[in-house]
Amino acid sequence: MAAKLGLRTVVLAYLGVVLIGPLAFVFSSAFRDGVGPVWDAVSTPDAVSALKLTLLTAAIAVPANTVFGVLTALVLTRRRFPGRSLLGALVDLPLALSPVVVGLALVLVWGQNGWFGGWAIRHGISVIFSVPGIVLATIVVSLPFVTRELVPVLRELGVEQQEAAATLGANGFQTVWRITLPAVRHGLAYGVVLTTARVIGEYGAVAVVSGDIAGQSQTMTLYVQDRFQAFDLVGAYSAAVVLALISVATVAVLRLVNRRGNP
Amino acid sequence: MGIAAGYLSLVVLIPLAALAWQALGGGWGVFWAQVTTPEAVAALRLTVEVTTVAVLINGVMGTLIAWVLVRDRFPGRALIDVLLDLPFALPTIVAGLTLLSLYGADGPFGVNVAYTDTGITLALIFVTLPFSVRAVQPVLEALDRDMEDAAASLGAGQFTIARRIVLPNLIPAILSGIGLAFSRALGEFGAVVLIAGNLPFKTETAPVYIFGQIENDNPQGAAAVAVVLLVGSLVLLMAFGLLESWVSRHGR
Repeated sequence: MAAKLGLRTVVLAYLGVVLIGPLAFVFSSAFRDGVGPVWDAVSTPDAVSALKLTLLTAAIAVPANTVFGVLTALVLTRRRFPGRSLLGALVDLPLALSPVVVGLALVLVWGQNGWFGGWAIRHGISVIFSVPGIVLATIVVSLPFVTRELVPVLRELGVEQQEAAATLGANGFQTVWRITLPAVRHGLAYGVVLTTARVIGEYGAVAVVSGDIAGQSQTMTLYVQDRFQAFDLVGAYSAAVVLALISVATVAVLRLVNRRGNP
Repeated sequence: MGIAAGYLSLVVLIPLAALAWQALGGGWGVFWAQVTTPEAVAALRLTVEVTTVAVLINGVMGTLIAWVLVRDRFPGRALIDVLLDLPFALPTIVAGLTLLSLYGADGPFGVNVAYTDTGITLALIFVTLPFSVRAVQPVLEALDRDMEDAAASLGAGQFTIARRIVLPNLIPAILSGIGLAFSRALGEFGAVVLIAGNLPFKTETAPVYIFGQIENDNPQGAAAVAVVLLVGSLVLLMAFGLLESWVSRHGR
């Protein structure tokens, strides 16, 4: 019993120092003078513009990666073809990449001297230092989540129901839409929430490609860094708290989905 | 399937090909010269050092946390279990800022970890905290208590049971958690950048170095170190995967 108590104390102290203490302190610092200053800090034009850009990015990147994730998971679990495990490894690859490396790789393709960058600029499309680059960077870093959540669920589900639907005359799209997706909706929801959290929170890859122009190409995470660097701690803490609240909501939703998924 | 392949090429394959070309297209000599500049070497060395320390601390503490979460019962345990997901969901820049608020220049304790190795290690500990816990937890939950009861009835003490019965069963999961945490910490940028500042040879980790080289318009140097980081991360993941399967086959 003494050993148990000792261990509990050690673990709680560790978590207090590295996780709970800092989180509690950043919240208490932000709300030291109530909600008013936080609200003022996150309703400045630059903050609002950053929030809008983050939401716009999420509105593009999340659906794109959801569709890709579902397609890839179906391909990985329902078809046999040479190079299948290579495809799986490639989808997981962004997890092993530093976000800065992702940003750099995109600059090398879409930057002024990049492979496609010159062509794009001649056609009036600017990717790097602009919104398309930000969207592309967040798409890369959040690519694996939907696929990774769906593959094990699809494996477990098997193909009997799909085959039954097919014998009854359903076409491929109908089968996926009406049979497969409803059966894996919890796994899908989990993957989508993880993707969204990563898209909203991405910093490194976006920092490389964005150009970081306040009011134009600054996402919420870049705005936090910008305020901190400008010694505007109230602004930095306030924006950070908004992002942290989104993360707390994410974790809560994941718990809920998980509980309903595995009774 | 064509759509998926096209999308994957556009967002992963072509950018990585461009990265490899930038790093290696000038020949092996150019690549080698770029990764062996004193600043690059210092950045890579620091990255390996702080990552190793952070990941090992979390390997030990994560296992203890998992044990407490599974085997201990106290009020607030469920809340802690939920809180442990936060480092995965929290934006990394917020994680860095959070740590600086308490342990930075203006913190209430008078300690200042800004611009120190300790600060960087702390940031890496924060972002990799859940990996070991979440790897060990399910294994510990599924572990049959009969073996431990048998050992206890034969007179083994708590410590002996933990060391001889429980720990060997957890080793593959611990290794798997450490491997994932390693790969994550090697490339970590957002949590580190505010704490590391911009001090070459002192607190510049490899991702911070890469970022600096991009800003200084040296894509060659950035790409070379990026390739080292990427290959290192993949090799580590593979090595830990192999080690894990070797241990689960021969460990008992």
